[in-house]
Formats: sequence, C-alpha cells, structure tokens
Amino acid sequence: MTALLSLSGVTAFYGAIQALRGIDLTVRRGEIVTLIGANGAGKSTLMMTICGNPRARTGQILHEGQDITQWPTHRIMRRGIAQAPEGRRIFGRMTVHENLLMGAEVAGRTDIPDRLEQVFALFPRLKERMTQRGGTLSGGEQQMLAIGRALMSRPSLLLLDEPSLGLAPLVVRQIFSAIRDLNRATGLTVLLVEQNAYQALRLAHRGYVLVNGAITMAGTGAELLARPEIRAAYLEGGHA
Amino acid sequence: MDYAYALQQLINGVTLGMIYGLIAVGYTMVYGIIGMINFAHGDIFMVGAFLSMIALLGLAALGITWVPLALALTLLFAAAITALYGWTVERVAYRPLRGSFRLAPLISAIGMSITLQNYVQVSQGARVKPIEAVIPGGIQVMNQGGFTVELSWMQIAIVATTLAILAVFTWLVKRTPLGRTMRACEQDLKMASLLGIDTDRTISLTFVIGAALAAVAGLMFLLYYGVIDFYIGFIAGIKAFTAAVLGGIGSLPGAVLGGLLIGLIEVFWSAYFSVEYKDVAAFSILIIVLIFMPTGILGRAEVEKV
Repeated sequence: MTALLSLSGVTAFYGAIQALRGIDLTVRRGEIVTLIGANGAGKSTLMMTICGNPRARTGQILHEGQDITQWPTHRIMRRGIAQAPEGRRIFGRMTVHENLLMGAEVAGRTDIPDRLEQVFALFPRLKERMTQRGGTLSGGEQQMLAIGRALMSRPSLLLLDEPSLGLAPLVVRQIFSAIRDLNRATGLTVLLVEQNAYQALRLAHRGYVLVNGAITMAGTGAELLARPEIRAAYLEGGHA
Repeated sequence: MDYAYALQQLINGVTLGMIYGLIAVGYTMVYGIIGMINFAHGDIFMVGAFLSMIALLGLAALGITWVPLALALTLLFAAAITALYGWTVERVAYRPLRGSFRLAPLISAIGMSITLQNYVQVSQGARVKPIEAVIPGGIQVMNQGGFTVELSWMQIAIVATTLAILAVFTWLVKRTPLGRTMRACEQDLKMASLLGIDTDRTISLTFVIGAALAAVAGLMFLLYYGVIDFYIGFIAGIKAFTAAVLGGIGSLPGAVLGGLLIGLIEVFWSAYFSVEYKDVAAFSILIIVLIFMPTGILGRAEVEKV
C-alpha cells in the first residue's frame, strides 16, 4: 500500500507556543486512521497544519509524493483533500444547498446534481433541509452538512475533526456508520480526530495517540484498544 | 403645509442619498469580509471623481460630445482605473498587514487616505475644478404658490443608474457562484480557504468592486455638483461611513438605506432648519440610532469578528 499522506518531523507553532513536536504520521490509501488525544493535545492543530494553516515550521508533509508543506491552504485543498473542521464551521447565513455547493467550488462546479444526490443518499436529512439556513440546523444536522460539504469535492482524503462532539449517541453512531460505509464502498481515505476514543478506535484501521503535541503511541485500532494505558487515559468511565 | 417645497427636498435628498449609498457599499463590503474600516475609501471616491473629469474633458477634446456615449465611456474608464487604485491600495497597504494586530491596517488606511489626497493635490492642483453641466434641464413636476418643483434630468439619471447598478450588484452577490464565494468569505474566511477558495483573490475582488462603485458615485458627484477638489473624499467618506454604520455595517441593503437616510436628513435639515448644522443633524441621528440599535438598522447581532 502506498502512502497517500505522510508527515515527517512536522512542528507547528501558534505565536511562541509550540503546538506540534516532530510529528511522524502516515495515512495509506483506503485506510481510516484515527488520531486520539485529550483536549489541547494538538489534534486540531495537526489537521489544520496538514491544510497549511498554520504552516509547518519544520518537517515535511507529502501528499501523493508531492511536498505540500509550504503551499497555501486553497492550493492544498484543490489536491483532493477536504476537511470537516473542528466546530463544523457551517455558513450559517447560507442555505443547506448553498453550503453544499460551496463544497464543490474546487471541482469546477461540474456534475453538481450527481454529487448532491450522493450526499443526500448518505444523509437523507439534508435533502429535507435543503432550503433551510445552515444556522438553523441542529448540531447533528450541522455535522452531517459539514461532512456532506467536504464530500462534495469528491476528495481522496477526508479529514474529520471531532464529528461526534456534542452529539447524541444515536447521531454519532449514524455518522460513524456513514463514514464506514463510504470507506468500504468508495475506498475513501479518512483521517479522523476524536476524543471519543472507543468509537474511533473501533472504526479505524489504525490509530495514533497524541499527547502534548507529540505522538506517543501508534498501532492498529484493536491493538490500541487493548493497551491498558489507553484504557486508563481515554476509555475509563466512558465505555467499559 | 407647503407640499411643493417638501417634495423638492425629497427629490434632492434621494439623489444625494444614492451617492452616499454607493460609497457606503464599499465600506460595508470590506468590513464584512475582513472586518476593517477602509478609511481610504472616501479618497478612492475622490480619485474616481477626478478620473471622471479627466475622461469627460478628454472625450470632449476628441470630439465625442454625444452625451450618452460620452458618459458611458467615462463611466467605464473611471470605474476601471479606480478599481485598479482600489486593488493597489489593498495589495500595497493592507495585505502585508493581514494577521498583524487589528489596528495596523486601520492606521495604514489613514496613511493611504492622506497619500491619495496629496497625490491628487500635487498632480491636479489644489484649486476647485469646475465643469460645465453635462445634462442640463429637467421636468417641472408641479407648481404651488409660485414655487416650482423641478426634477432635473441629472437627478433622474443618478437615481436610475444607481438603482440599476445596485440591482445588478445584488443579483451578483445573491445569485451567482462568484457572489456565493464572496458571501462565504464574508461569513468564514478560514472555512472558505479550506474549501479551496483563494481568499486573497476574493478580498482583492471586494476592493475592486467597492472602488468601481465609488467611481460611479464620483462621476455622479461631479455631474451633480459640477465642482470637485482633492478634499471631497474626506467629508463624503465620513458621511458614507456613517451611512454604512447607520444601516448596519456589513449589510448591503443597510448601506443603501443608510445612505438614503443620511441624504434625506441632511437635505431636510438644511431646508427647514439651518445649513450650517446639517452635518450635526446627520451625525446626531447616527448616535441616537446606535444607542437604541447598536448594530444599526439592518445590522446583525453577531457582526463582531473574532
């Protein structure tokens, strides 16, 4: 299997504060890889650094063999990388339809109806809400919209930042099963950031654990789930 | 009641309000997208007025005197070159400061304002420049007790052109992919870039459109008043800024509404109270409105950007 995305020795800063310390990470084509860690560990920063905002200060980010480390965000996103970012960032004063169209901007706005149908097949709720403003959706619907918007560009790599945050367990299950279906059906590669470690590790082929901006553990989902230190730090209390 | 007199003031006020509204759109768009007040925008309007004058005189020298053609060419020329000024100002004075502290581009904008004023003062001279009336005459609407209400062709042209341009512009923002991109950038610049949008390009475009609309306002100001100087951008800029804030900064219909209100307040105050205090009246209304509606008449509650 070839690496779709690989990071080596990536560091990133917010002002004087170092947020990432020498990150090495690989995502292979067709994989679901998860990144788990506590609040403030640098998970979202890592997702944003892949997208060039903030740019990596040192180290290298390769996408399909191309060095994209110093590229501006919009160019990176035109390479078939899409992100449903932390906090969803729905355009609240645009309709659901317009939000989805924004996702297809990079695709040169071609075969829009097809793309819309695919998203609606995955999240039928969005179709019902099509003419509603993004800001009026519930949290779960907004998350669906954020993922749907990212999928509109038909990415080869989907970055998902905490899709389960603040959602009811039922909705989380729905969203996670949508991700699994997509991965199986289309071979979509997913890098998933989660605090909900149990669900994420069960879904993912492999996982990384991020602590204080550095990767401390890596392995398959099952391996990590079995590690006692993972259980102690991320699973106890949540799911036994 | 003296309806005729009031009607005349209404006509004058609406005309003036249209000019303010056109300038205000530029303030409000730039604020909407990058959260800064472009203090040089009034001077961009002034540059537009000067370019219009140069074009009109140049066309007259070339023998193109058929008014509709001359005006259309002037409009195109002034809008294009002024847009270039707007683009350059953003590129030179604001973009390098993006990501800097919040006041930096504001200070830079004041610098650009002074630069443009001095540049025009030096290159065009400090004296007031008059032009002949390009569209003379008008129609008499009514006559009451010896007072004739006149609606000049010029006023009709100003109002009609402004409404047409605003209609096209509204359609552009609301209905086209380009407009959608602009709205996306206005709502969340970071997310827009995550969707592959070149946000720097969209910001440049905002300045270009704002400057082009200011150039239209500049041409109308020139035609309406017949005199311009290098300092007209300051007062008109402050008024249009007031209009944008009054209407709710960040809101496009708000900018036009605010412009109309400022124009009407100014004209009616001058007509019924005193000309000297017209600016005081306009700014007082602003203060009163802001006390009760801090985000302006059509403003949104969540305008403040983080």
